[in-house]
Amino acid sequence: MTTIQPTLVRAVPNEALHRALSDRKRPTRPSSWQVSLIFFWRALLKFKHVPMQIFDVTMFPIMMTVMFTYLFGGALAGSTSKYLYTLLPGILAQTVVFITMYTGVAVNTDVAKGIFDRFRSMPIWKPAPLVGALMGDTVRYTTAATVVTVLGLILGFRPDGGLFGVLAGLALLLFFAFSLSWIWTALSLVMQTPESVMMTSSMILFPLTFVSNILVDPETMPRGVRAFVNINPITHLVTAVRGLMHGNAETGDVLVVIAVALALNAIFAPLTMRLYNNKNAR
Amino acid sequence: MTKAEYAIEVMDLRKSYGDNEVLKGIHLRVERGQVFALLGPNGAGKTTAIRILATLLRFDSGTARVFGHDVVAEAELVRSRISLTGQFAAVDEELTGRENLIMIARLLGHSRPAARNRASELLAAFDLSDAADRQVKTFSGGMRRRLDIAASIVVTPDLIFLDEPTTGLDPRSRNQVWDIVRALVADGTTVLLTTQYLEEADQLADRIAVIDHGKIIAEGTSRELKASVGDGSLHIRLRDPKRRHEAERLLAQTLDVSVHLESDPTALSAQVSDAQAVGQTLIKLAHAGIEVSDFSLGQPSLDEVFLALTGQPLEDESIAAKEHVA
Ligand SMILES: Nc1ncnc2c1ncn2[C@@H]1O[C@H](COP(=O)(O)OP(=O)(O)O)[C@@H](O)[C@H]1O
Ligand SMILES: [Mg+2]
Repeated sequence: MTTIQPTLVRAVPNEALHRALSDRKRPTRPSSWQVSLIFFWRALLKFKHVPMQIFDVTMFPIMMTVMFTYLFGGALAGSTSKYLYTLLPGILAQTVVFITMYTGVAVNTDVAKGIFDRFRSMPIWKPAPLVGALMGDTVRYTTAATVVTVLGLILGFRPDGGLFGVLAGLALLLFFAFSLSWIWTALSLVMQTPESVMMTSSMILFPLTFVSNILVDPETMPRGVRAFVNINPITHLVTAVRGLMHGNAETGDVLVVIAVALALNAIFAPLTMRLYNNKNAR
Repeated sequence: MTKAEYAIEVMDLRKSYGDNEVLKGIHLRVERGQVFALLGPNGAGKTTAIRILATLLRFDSGTARVFGHDVVAEAELVRSRISLTGQFAAVDEELTGRENLIMIARLLGHSRPAARNRASELLAAFDLSDAADRQVKTFSGGMRRRLDIAASIVVTPDLIFLDEPTTGLDPRSRNQVWDIVRALVADGTTVLLTTQYLEEADQLADRIAVIDHGKIIAEGTSRELKASVGDGSLHIRLRDPKRRHEAERLLAQTLDVSVHLESDPTALSAQVSDAQAVGQTLIKLAHAGIEVSDFSLGQPSLDEVFLALTGQPLEDESIAAKEHVA
């Protein structure tokens, strides 16, 4: 039970507050593109504030490259530079493909917090927060890919395709990664917590990347495993990227990768948007 | 074409989650420029109602209009007039306070310099300048809530929704939020707030609707509502328990209410509808030579309002839920 409470006189609002509130001008509504760029800026700010994310896209790939080069390089190919010739494009693909996971985790974290409701109650283009986040992720992929490529060159990776070949390989890889990340955004909109998104996506990505031609030649694998490796899209991605970087790509491999990427976009982009618009709205 | 006289007009609004009917035909009218409080315990349906009005949640039947615009058919128009401060702070924890406000200002169409100016102005007005460049995750609950409200008024809205703006705040932060609400109305914004505290509704709101289990069980001004409960509970303890019956008669006479004798042999209590009369009662007790050792006049609590309105105390479930939230 509260004790005697004198009725408070309605306080005169403080001056600064009053001034801040008296500005009722509404600026003109920005375009969809502008709004997406603002969310892109938000994603970039997070790199600044969460240095762990920089670690994920630089140190982690560096460790992978160094570890696999020296751990398996000598044993499997006789010399590290020979091994790098086939390994580096694979490590590159593996690193970038793994980083796509973070998109889902970031979207899920947003949705779980009230900030998602705030964005949705604002007069802005609805998909913008997602588009901005995806744009931020391409920065992540590009950073990681650049780090691995430069490190590879230092360690002795000598691509036969030259600069053009390397850039073509990177472009194909980034396009594939962007397309793949729609799966994780869709997943993140149906799962409850960021941890479960992380779990599920790693459970899919581990077999996809390890049971592939990234680390070892499929010829040395048992028949059953080899069958999986040969239909694994990551295998085709790695073959295509290797081919482009060394200037001996088979058109077929590149086309398969482009087709898979386009299919991922066609299925998961609209699905993500649908899930996103309906999320918490029922 | 209805003329948009009301800031909010809700008719027979219904919403179910599966078999759980959460809103059971809500009617509401909020006039422009008012502070309207939706008062109810946990699970009553307050957040659901607010999310529907803020165009975030679909509903099953009924109509909801904001400034005359249908919240479904004209959602974009509604969004350009409102701001939502949800039950849980809707700010980016990893960004700084300033970056949060700049982001919202830019999203609403301010140029880069204008957004910076607006952010600084709001940070100063909300007493956040010192912490402005720290990540929000280092903020206290009160600071977070103020930033959250600041983010909602980057462009001063015509209608603001505040969902339990002071739940979990210390008294000082609560008073700051109250001042902000008063300043908002003084400058012409309509406020719809939800609360679990009668005192808060009493302090801020022009009108109060009491909501329970998805139904509005009472609506009116604070005075009207309290009339149904009494202005407050008067508790008196006497020095001498033998004089209690005498005191009871005297109280019943002067206050014209029934007096409750408590298990403590020196204590009596009564629901009073007129706080003025309490003073006279105390004087009369003194004249009669009945010594009072202790007395208090309290606001009726939400429990007492519920008891008066529904004849049932608040359910334990909501109390357990409150503890869970805290
Ligand atoms: N997304 C949801 N799914 C199922 N039930 C829900 C959901 N959101 C709220 N509810 C239920 O609706 C009722 C009202 O909830 P809410 O509007 O949050 O109440 P309040 O804000 O008054 O505490 C509660 O019983 C709650 O469990
Ligand atoms: Mg609520």
